[in-house]
Amino acid sequence: MKQFQGRVIVPGTCTAEALVSRGGFNTLASFQMALMFGDKAVKCGDQNNPDIYKKPMLGKALCLPMTIGSTTGGMVLYTACAMGKQPACLLFSMPIDSLAASGAILGDVWTEASMPVVDQLGEDFLSYVQTGMTVTVKENGVVEVE
Amino acid sequence: MILTPEQQALLDGAKGETMAKVVKTLVMYGEAFGAQRMVPVTGKYGHTVISFGLKAIKPVYELYDQLLAAGLVSGQQFTADPKPLDPKVPSTLLEDLVFKKIMYTDQKPYEAQLRKLGITSDDDYTCTCYLDQVGNKPQPGDVLSWAESSAVVYANSVLGARCNRNSGIIELMGSIAGFVPEFGLLTDEGRKADWIVEVRCDKRPEAQLLGSAIGMKVMEGVPYVKGLDRFLGSDLDEKACAYLKDFGAAAASNGAVGLYHIENLTPEAKAQGEALIREDAQTYVIDDAELARVQREYPVVWKNPDAQPQLCFIGCPHLTMSQLIDWSDRIEAALRAKGLSELTVPTVFTASTPVLRELEKTIYASKLRSYGVILSYICPLMYMNNPLCKKKAVITCSNKLRTYTSARYYTEAESLDIITTKEART
Repeated sequence: MKQFQGRVIVPGTCTAEALVSRGGFNTLASFQMALMFGDKAVKCGDQNNPDIYKKPMLGKALCLPMTIGSTTGGMVLYTACAMGKQPACLLFSMPIDSLAASGAILGDVWTEASMPVVDQLGEDFLSYVQTGMTVTVKENGVVEVE
Repeated sequence: MILTPEQQALLDGAKGETMAKVVKTLVMYGEAFGAQRMVPVTGKYGHTVISFGLKAIKPVYELYDQLLAAGLVSGQQFTADPKPLDPKVPSTLLEDLVFKKIMYTDQKPYEAQLRKLGITSDDDYTCTCYLDQVGNKPQPGDVLSWAESSAVVYANSVLGARCNRNSGIIELMGSIAGFVPEFGLLTDEGRKADWIVEVRCDKRPEAQLLGSAIGMKVMEGVPYVKGLDRFLGSDLDEKACAYLKDFGAAAASNGAVGLYHIENLTPEAKAQGEALIREDAQTYVIDDAELARVQREYPVVWKNPDAQPQLCFIGCPHLTMSQLIDWSDRIEAALRAKGLSELTVPTVFTASTPVLRELEKTIYASKLRSYGVILSYICPLMYMNNPLCKKKAVITCSNKLRTYTSARYYTEAESLDIITTKEART
């Protein structure tokens, strides 16, 4: 088990299975088909992201460097939260980007969803965590990976 | 973050609970980036990325209903991204059914919401709001509350305005409040270059390919591009601006670029030169081989990779007048050279309604139609956002469209070749 200290963007706690995107996570490309056509597992639809393409995102601890792509990204994340189709948490190795922050904050302020968000976990975090590992997020931004 | 007494009062509920939540959202957004204060939105108009009444995002319309019920509308008028539907664009009966009965069921009610919230006109649905014909062209230094990655990167880089890569919804909240948190691309420090990109190509690089390569490399970094002025010159004329529009859209969608500087060309690079480059900037060298590698590595996601193209989209982002005229000339020459009178692949050119209206005043609208080109204001990305399109062999020279859909990317020259012959390249 290894611990990483990050910065809390949206507070909360959770334990979930890790889903790891090594490259930038394109929020629109990842969520659009799943939201549009009611995919219950919310499988990733981003063909340019071989790490997580076609893998279920619902309830996973999504580990990523940052999000990329369209400025609908935050809206998409908000919609996922409002529909209860969000990941269990978002864990960024880098400082959070403006689109992810928008979506996370809109989800926190305007919906009942719980999706803790921690950023600045560092490159070591993303090197260490593997898809399928168990991740626990604590209130103070500590993330345990085992 | 230090708020003014007026801003603090809004946060405390002086104008109601919903306005307090709008301000709370903006405060949290700013605090995530270390913003110290809010700054007024000084651009005349806003721009929203959400132009579509998509059933799947009903929570967004419900949120907007909350805003309207609380009497909150945009403090400035705004333009919006392109509409998702246009009857002129070819579609099958099944696609029509999916578009109208499953996907865009909320289009009309949403457009009515946008009228209440403050859209400038029913014609102003385009991702190229900054073109003269549309008129939402910010002044240098204007602080904007926009969303739409291609418009934001253009406003920052080519026009010298200041706007973060805001998300849909957040941009409207900034326009409602009249202020946005000051961080990132709103600050001098945030506009400095993290990357030096050296363009060492032998010929003018394809805008959408170069933007893609840079976007994928620098992600949300700010690139300072050297060597491109050899091909574009040092004046932001119409052709250079059209090139930069496409370049930026690819960099923003294939990565997360919100601002770029082109040496000797874009305003801040001209004014400040290499003083814009951070001391620890990394370097990325791009030559013709690197661009070929980038293009080669794009995945082909057609069901049948050997299929004959069934549809071609050109104009993501929407085309400018000069691009439409240029394409018309190139098609004319290609058809003549091949002894053809019409394109062999159904082809849609997309541009804003005001640009298309201006085109109608020239001979080029009828010329393009005579070649078989369909002129439309549609958003090709929205058109293609459905599983039926995966079965359709659609080609495009837009790297943004390639990124978000199953459309297959070809350069402009390759696309022209394909739509004027019957065989697709493999």
